Parts: sequence; structure tokens; C-alpha cells
Amino acid sequence: MQRYEDMETQKTVQTVDVSEYQYGFNFPDASVFKTRKGLDADVVRQISGQKQEPEWMLNYRLRALESFWKKPMPSWGADLSDLDFDNMYYYAKPAGGVSRSWEDLPEGIRKTYDRLGLPEAEKKFLAGVGAQYDSEVVYHNLQENLSRQGVIFCDPETAVREHPDLVRKYFGTVIPYGDNKFAALNSAVWSGGSFIYVPPGVKVDIPLQAYFRINLENFGQFERTLIIADEGSFVHYIEGCTAPVYSTDSLHSAVVEIIALPNSRVRYTTIQNWSSDIYNLVTKRAVAYRGATVEWVDGNIGSKRTMKYPSVYLMEEGAHGEVLSIAFAGGGQQQDTGGKIVHSASNTSSVITSKSISKDGGISSYRGLLKVAPGLDNVKSKVVCDALILDEHSHSNTYPYMEIESDNVSIEHEARVSRISEEQLFYLMSRGLDEAEASMMIVNGFLDPLVKQLPMEYAVELNKLIELEMEGSVG
Amino acid sequence: MELRIHGLHASIEGKEILKGIDLTLPQGEIHALMGPNGSGKSTLANVLMGHPSYEVTGGEVYMDDIDILSLEPYQRARLGLFLAFQYPVEIPGLTAGKFLKRAAELRLEDGGKLNVSSFIRELRAHMDFLEMDHQFINRYLNEGFSGGEKKRMEMLQMLALQPAFAVLDETDSGLDIDALKIVSKGVNSLKGPGFGALIITHYQRILNYIRPDRVHVMVGGRIVRSGGPELVERLEKDGYDWLKSQAAAEHAKV
Repeated sequence: MQRYEDMETQKTVQTVDVSEYQYGFNFPDASVFKTRKGLDADVVRQISGQKQEPEWMLNYRLRALESFWKKPMPSWGADLSDLDFDNMYYYAKPAGGVSRSWEDLPEGIRKTYDRLGLPEAEKKFLAGVGAQYDSEVVYHNLQENLSRQGVIFCDPETAVREHPDLVRKYFGTVIPYGDNKFAALNSAVWSGGSFIYVPPGVKVDIPLQAYFRINLENFGQFERTLIIADEGSFVHYIEGCTAPVYSTDSLHSAVVEIIALPNSRVRYTTIQNWSSDIYNLVTKRAVAYRGATVEWVDGNIGSKRTMKYPSVYLMEEGAHGEVLSIAFAGGGQQQDTGGKIVHSASNTSSVITSKSISKDGGISSYRGLLKVAPGLDNVKSKVVCDALILDEHSHSNTYPYMEIESDNVSIEHEARVSRISEEQLFYLMSRGLDEAEASMMIVNGFLDPLVKQLPMEYAVELNKLIELEMEGSVG
Repeated sequence: MELRIHGLHASIEGKEILKGIDLTLPQGEIHALMGPNGSGKSTLANVLMGHPSYEVTGGEVYMDDIDILSLEPYQRARLGLFLAFQYPVEIPGLTAGKFLKRAAELRLEDGGKLNVSSFIRELRAHMDFLEMDHQFINRYLNEGFSGGEKKRMEMLQMLALQPAFAVLDETDSGLDIDALKIVSKGVNSLKGPGFGALIITHYQRILNYIRPDRVHVMVGGRIVRSGGPELVERLEKDGYDWLKSQAAAEHAKV
């Protein structure tokens, strides 16, 4: 039997605040080219020039920049009043160019990815990896059997050069630059990201992953991702993101477009773990054609502010869309997340499931839109939002908008807000769990139905991240 | 080892419920605590385990030489105290098996490592003993369990954790005879020199299956009578009224 003295020591160890962000390290600025602080047409020209882009892309950027100036800031969602567009670098090119081997990367960059565990993950369970450092992709690799089957997985700059027909056909078609202020900003200064094309009938059984790392301070990262799944194909794409901890803010504003052609299936998983000084303002949207399925699995753990509502437009019959959203808002964080589904055809179905946790004064908000166009038949949708609030300083909001213009639809909507109850804690503690571990088990249990749907390695990572967030919160 | 309760006073929201409890439970014995509704039996169970809603206003509770009243519930549990709840709460998403494994790990001395395969083997044997389906441990803890299933889960935890002292808070309420027999079987199987139990009950029927060494009767926040098993029969025959009036008379004298 354990003595009381031992337990005291153990308790002290456990209540030490170890919730420190473990990816907060940085390396000195070793970029070989940086635009000046702030944004204007000249900065946009410099970015385009660095990439030696065709003129149509430069013109697209300049039109987008005009749109960015004109668009208002969103009047809803997370508080963005401290975001300073002038005090930021919009482009920084790391040394070295794109490499196909980790060993060839400059030391600081290689060490960064080693510490993030990316080379090891690639060996174990990924079919292809892209790694972006500040503005440019520095590493890219795809298993040979996939490239032999015609799968394309590269950075978008390479795609602009080598696959201009595909890029011109689809780029900006799902999210036009005028969609919103941050889509316009990304369209003007985009750099890096992923381009994926999966040929008809090809199933990419093992996930492809991109990892986005910001190293610099006061920096804006604007990756651009375009995924085209041709007829009957399948691909699972995973993105992870981290950044150092600085005392000033940075911005991550991505645009992700997915085109799911007939009978294809695309699954897009995000584990967002930005440091607590990142504004994460991302536009993600997919179009799904006849019989196609698009699934967004969106885990938001980090960042200072996140506004992100992955969307699926169900364009033709038989299309199915799913959004699984997991948000964790700790002290100083606002996670304004959710999903958007637009039914534009009969015989389409969708599911939105959202689970959020708020603690230490964090605010998590579910914001969703479910839209059913007029004159449709047999549309089914289910929206479930669950929120767990861990203390009295924290908040949860739910904004489930619905615009239903057809009659023959089946819509289910459930929303629940719960708190960890004293009785639950007491019950678990009466079996020997201390308060921190008891809360952790309740939180893990709350997320379990969602986490189960992640690939095993990512379920483990997500659980680990949430454990880190939870530690030090009680005791 | 002994569980020693001395002069224990406790209140909830300023209202005093326990008005000076004295009770000693040595390992190797099974005691029954009986009494009418509202006499404070469940309060005693919760106070022993350290429920945060109750305020202890006086007295001591010792396990051996450790005053457990200053300890957190999890520390009391690690010392070997167990409470079988009257109303076990649901923990959605947490499988009973994962929870049991963790609780068993925490019971090990010096944070030693649990042999998982032998733990699962033992757990299955306990489930067979309690006539539970092996799939039980894959279900979320108490979620959607029937009343009887919840009580069996409590007994399964007790068998798995092998406590030094168990307090069973009206574990028999709402059980049919078959379930009652199974719960009793659980307690009886632990009976021995390293185990003491305090069985809190409103009815005597569980005591047809578990023979207590001592019986205490609680009325109005005090233990008004202690005795051998024969006390159960007297209560069965005459109810609590004779003790209530006696207690009131004694209280008036003080």
C-alpha cells in the first residue's frame, strides 16, 4: 500500500505546470530573400517574380490584392481587432530550394522537422510528404508507385510550371478571390501549399501529408492547396501545423480548394496546433459531383484566433459531405469553427459533427450553415454540436444557421452544452485518479467518438495534444 | 488495520447531518449500518470518501495511523478505501475496461507496472463470477446501464481493486433477488483478514445473504444502537420506531 508521504510528492510533481507548448522553439532567420514589412502591389510583384510565374498568375494576384483592399473585415466571429496588416512580412524564402531528401536540407530546417518527427512519420505511415518552412516548400516526396500511376503531389508553384492546364482549369474556381477578405489576401500573396491530382480510379490507400511550419516572427504564411480527385479515385490528405512562440502575432491564412469529381472520395484531416500568437484565418471549400464524398476532419487545438468553416457544396445527385470538427479553446484562445454544407442537388446527404472544449477562459464557438436549394428532393442532413465547458471562466457559443428552401428534406439538429460535474470527478477520484487525471478522462471520453475516426497515429497525437492542454489546468 | 471513526460531525449547506459518529471497523469484519431514510447513512458514506459537498465540522477518521479527513478522495482510494455508490454516474466515452485498468495501476505500490494480460484474465474471471458478459468492459462506464448493471459494475470494480475497506452505500436498493445474490456473492468472496466492509442498507434483506459481524443503527445523525446479528431480526420485527423514541428520549436528557 502506498504511503501518504509518497502521494504528496507525486502530487507536487503532477501539479507543476507542464502545459508549455512543446513546439515553441525557433531557429535564427536564415531566409535568403524577404519582402519588406507590409503589403502593396510591389510586394506582390516581388513574390511573383521570385517564383518566375507566368503573367496570368501575376495578374490574378494583382486583381486579388485590389479585392483585398476593398473587402471589409468580417464583422462577426473571433475578435481580430489587434491584427496589424502593416507589421508583418508577407514572404520569406528559406535557403536551399525544394529537396527530395531530408539530409540535404539546411541544418536549422532539418533539425526543425526532426524535432517535429516528420521524417519518422513518413517512414512509418505516409505515402508522401510535403514540408513547408515559412513561405516555401522545402521538402517533397511521393512514393514511386504512386507517381507511376500518375498521381501528382507537389507544391503549387511546380504545378503552375508543369501542369498549367490543370491549374488554370481549377485554381480559384471553388474559392474565387472575391469570396472574403482573407481569401483575397491569400490569392494575392499565396506561396507554397500542395497540389494533388489523383487520376481516374486510382486509390491512394496511405495518407499524404503536408506540414506547415512558421519559423519567423511577425510573419504571414499563405499556403494554397488544390486537390483534384478524378472519377472514382480516393485520397486522404493530412496537414499539421506548428510555430514558435513569440511575443508578437503572426498570421496564417490558407485557401484550400477540393474538386471531387464523380464517384471519388476525398478525406482531408487537419491537426492544427499553432502557437498561441497565430491568427489562423482559413478558407476551405470542396465541391462534390455525382456520387462523390468529401470529408473534412478538422482538429483545432492551437492558435490565438481561429476562424475556419470547412465547406462542401454538393453539386450533383448522390454526393455526400461530412464535417467533423474538434476544437479546444484554452486561455486567451478563441476557436470560431464549424462547417458549411450546401445541398444543390436532390438525393444528397450530409453530416456535421462538432465537439468543442473550453477551459481557462477560452471561447469556442460553433458556427455552421446548412443550406438546401429550392426544388430538391430527398435531401438528408444531420448536425450535432456538443460543447464541454471545464470552468466558470470559459464560454461556448453555438450559431447553427439553416436556410432550407425545399420541402422534401430530413434535417436533424442536436446541440448540447455540458460541464464536467462534481459527481463525475468525485466518482473517478474515489477510484484513485487525481483531479487532473479525472478531468482528462472525462474530456477524452467526450472526444472519443470523434477521435476514433482519425487514423491511429493522429488519434494518438490529438490525445497527446489535448493532454498537454489539460495539464496544469487543475490542481 | 482498522477504520476508526471518532466523534464525526458533518454538514451540507450549513445543515448538520452527522452529529457525532463513533464506529470502528477492523479488517476481517463485516458491519451493517442500518437506519430509516434521512438518518444520515449515505452522508456518512460520502464523508468517508471525501465528497466535496460535505463539510466536516468535527471528529476524526483514521485508517491505521493516518487521519484521512485531510486527504483528497483519490488519496483515500489509494490507501485502500472503496465506496460502492448508490447512484454511480455515467462517464460517456470512457470504457469501463480502460478505467478499471488505470484504477488498478494506481493501486500498485510505487507506481509499479500492471501486468495487463493477467489483469484482463482476472477481470474476466471476476465477470464470470458476477455473471456479467465479457463485453461489459468495452461499454462506456455506466452509460445506459440498467440499475442492476450499474451495481454489478460497482462490484466488479471492488473485486478488481481489492480494497482494504469497502463502504457499500445502499447497494441493494432497487435490486431483484438474483442481482442481490450476486452482489452478496461479491462481498462474501472478499471476506477475509485483509478486508473490512460497511454495508449500508435500509432493508434487512441483503443481510439474508451476507452475515454481518456487527450491526449499527443510525437515527438522526447518531448511532443509537450497536449489536450482533440478532439486532437485524429485532429491526425486522419491530421496525425503527422503538429506537427512534428511545433516541429522542435520550437526546432530551442531554
